[in-house]
Amino acid sequence: MVLNEFFYQHYWWLLISILGALLVFLLFVQGGQTLLLTMAKTPAEKTMLVNSLGRKWEFTFTTLVVFGGAFFASFPLFYSTSFGGAYWLWMAILFSFVLQAVSYEYRAKKGNLLGTKVYDIFLLLNGIVGVILLGVAVGTFFTGADFRVDKANLYGDIAMPVISTWQNPWHGLEAVADWRNLLLGVTIFFLARMQASLYFINNIDDDTLCARAHKQLLYNAVPFVVLFLLFVGTTLCADGFQLDPESGEVSVRPYKYFHNLTEMAWVAVLFVIGVAGVLYAVGRTLLSPAWTRGIWYSGIGTVLVVLCVFFIAGYNDTPYYPSAVDMQSSLTIYNSSSSLFTLEVMSLVSLLIPFVLAYIFFAWRAMDRKSITRQEMEESDHLY
Amino acid sequence: MEDLYSLVDWSRAQFALTAMFHWLFVPLTLGLGLIICCMETLYYRSGDVRWKHITKFWANLFGVNFALGVATGIILEFQFGTNWSNYSWFVGDIFGAPLAIEGIMAFFMESTFIAIMFFGWNKVSKGVHLASTWLTVIGASISALWILVANAWMQYPTGMQFNPDTVRNEMVDFFAVLLSPVALNKFFHSVTAGWVLGAVFVIAVSAWFLWKKRETFLAEKSMKVAAWVGFAGILLVSYTGDGSAYQVAEKQPMKLAAMEGIYEGSNGQGLVAFGILNPAKKSYDDAEDPFLFKIEIPRLLSLLATRDADGYVAGIENIIDGGYPVKNAAGEWVTAPSANDRIVEGRAAIQALADYQAATKAGDVAAATDAALRLEQNYPSFGYGYVNDLAQLVPHVPLTFYSFHIMIILGGYFVVLFVVVLLFSYKKMLARYTWLLWVFMLSLPLGYICLEAGWIVAEVGRQPWVIQDIMPTFSAISRIETSAVQTTFWLFAVLFTVLVVAEVGIMLKQIKKGSELK
Repeated sequence: MVLNEFFYQHYWWLLISILGALLVFLLFVQGGQTLLLTMAKTPAEKTMLVNSLGRKWEFTFTTLVVFGGAFFASFPLFYSTSFGGAYWLWMAILFSFVLQAVSYEYRAKKGNLLGTKVYDIFLLLNGIVGVILLGVAVGTFFTGADFRVDKANLYGDIAMPVISTWQNPWHGLEAVADWRNLLLGVTIFFLARMQASLYFINNIDDDTLCARAHKQLLYNAVPFVVLFLLFVGTTLCADGFQLDPESGEVSVRPYKYFHNLTEMAWVAVLFVIGVAGVLYAVGRTLLSPAWTRGIWYSGIGTVLVVLCVFFIAGYNDTPYYPSAVDMQSSLTIYNSSSSLFTLEVMSLVSLLIPFVLAYIFFAWRAMDRKSITRQEMEESDHLY
Repeated sequence: MEDLYSLVDWSRAQFALTAMFHWLFVPLTLGLGLIICCMETLYYRSGDVRWKHITKFWANLFGVNFALGVATGIILEFQFGTNWSNYSWFVGDIFGAPLAIEGIMAFFMESTFIAIMFFGWNKVSKGVHLASTWLTVIGASISALWILVANAWMQYPTGMQFNPDTVRNEMVDFFAVLLSPVALNKFFHSVTAGWVLGAVFVIAVSAWFLWKKRETFLAEKSMKVAAWVGFAGILLVSYTGDGSAYQVAEKQPMKLAAMEGIYEGSNGQGLVAFGILNPAKKSYDDAEDPFLFKIEIPRLLSLLATRDADGYVAGIENIIDGGYPVKNAAGEWVTAPSANDRIVEGRAAIQALADYQAATKAGDVAAATDAALRLEQNYPSFGYGYVNDLAQLVPHVPLTFYSFHIMIILGGYFVVLFVVVLLFSYKKMLARYTWLLWVFMLSLPLGYICLEAGWIVAEVGRQPWVIQDIMPTFSAISRIETSAVQTTFWLFAVLFTVLVVAEVGIMLKQIKKGSELK
């Protein structure tokens, strides 16, 4: 293996994919936020659900921030083009996460100005808007966006030297109007709720809540599976862009993403294993109510499937951010990456990631050794 | 053009708004965090359960503040993309790395261990809990390190090279970026300023308890720990502040001139101890006197800025006109170029870039080599090529001047404050003088004013440069409608204001409730 620019560009797309996949898995927190109203019938039940999620929300939030930072460092042209162009889409996502960041800490505290109900609505908003719009944003990796990149603007237009320009006045809102993006958003929404049900089953030791979580698992797994199949079907049948690595030209290739799966068979294998993991978790949890480990199988399965989604979006000479108005402006992992030196430095830093994962594992184990119970909620002196 | 500047102004306003909100919470996290670490260490070593209650009381307030720091922080990171997209491309190769490393090294550390800090009292051992508290605060400080490395790089770009093929700056020396003297100084100055604010916060709240004759044990013990942390903090702040002034004089002379309101420089320049600027002075080149009134300490500014009491400090007019002696990057004395000279150089650099691109496309190697050489020679002035009015090169003098002097005066006040608290604390006379307790309580807003003033000096004083001499704010923006930025500006302004009111409300209730110490 040669550690050249080509290698590091692929390595960083792998890291971005891992962060993206972990983020989608951790969206179970947001899914849980949308279940609070339906699952909790008493204040004590709500306290258990909120505190179960409240001890994890920062991981989702942090993963989102690191996902952004890593994208900036490794593929700055995407950061510049997408964030500056799809302004409203990203701002709406960020706004919903700002609301979330205070809600756990403030919701039950005296003097919180807005009252518990408003903070719970913030959590609900974050759970719906944040998740669906993140899905919509990822959807544009397949459906494209209306941008043009012209580096000549930097020296050709002194009065407005901006190199990436959006070609419609909607600045990201148009992505919501594309049914394929929305399809992915809603799919992830049901996935998040499904995973939240599995997480509650694992994390809370309470028969009533567990029974309700099983019900929610069924209600959300069915639409998820249907929508997921629809997304996979439409994506594999869709045309995609193909980069010619020799000339750097981009052209249309029918069934591009299907070809990506067949040309990268290992991705197809991972994909099948991931899907099987999720289905096994759902099936076994529904069939044996005493089994509580579904979240692990479903979580690993989700991570694998989302990894594959990112792989077919960015590997195999596929522009991961296609431009719908100027095909040649499309972003690939080659034309949008940082320099070799920066990628090398960042890669050295990325060697810390296993240590980070190790202490997160240690901390989770220490904190989750015992599931949350009504008794713990009554005795605890720091509650959300 | 009008539209461009309106867009730039609103984008700057939004960044300033979100950064200033963020800077309300971060220093308290750093300072209060360290004080809590000291308290929990005392509990761990002594086994005295009263220290545990004291730690938990302050940790609750820490948590309320921390949440809003997190909420305001996410906007800052993504705003580089949403509102400063050209910047993100032009220097993303260098600037993105510290942000990503911050995420990997610091954010996960904070968010993992803060969960143990709050929920782990009965789940992990005393030692593991103490380690978690320290790791949370160390994580927050590492986070500050990387973001300040990034900020320092904008003010003193180093370790990079412009690549005319990719049309961006690329990192060539990571350690030059990380260990730049400006970065190290900025880190210690900002973090220790956080210690000062944390200390002032604890002293103010404790003074309230003493005034109310409640929680006296907690208040007296907390004040002592806080005063030591604050005292150490203010000494380090002063030391790094001095280093900062010297660096600014060398690397950002326009900022120094604005900080001191100097239009015409001289040898043996005095430091303005107190001054009122003349509001009639509208431009750097009008005939108005810059000051209505000022008291100067003779030759002190020259001494601080050049390490020579007779050293020359340039004023705003001098920097625009050039012609004074200045040390270049190699340490040799040369004549400073005028701003017009640099604009000519900047435009030559931009033209050379255009020529390079055209020649490369045409396959003309000789022309491309010639253009690359011209670009390299003129690149240090690249950003000046976008300037079309000399007035754009002058930062807002009153804002920079007053902020600087407020910061200095309050810094001096805090030295006295911590000494007084320590003195009265050891003589056990803290509760005796009610007026003194009120002074302590009223010092809290002064702490916030001091830190925000410091931020304004650093950020307003460096205008118009988003990257010193290389890129002005008006070529760093995203091409979106001004109305879009106005909308998000007001959304954030309202949301953050509401959340700050909520935060203060919760804090007041928690303080009133007191600790579990009986």
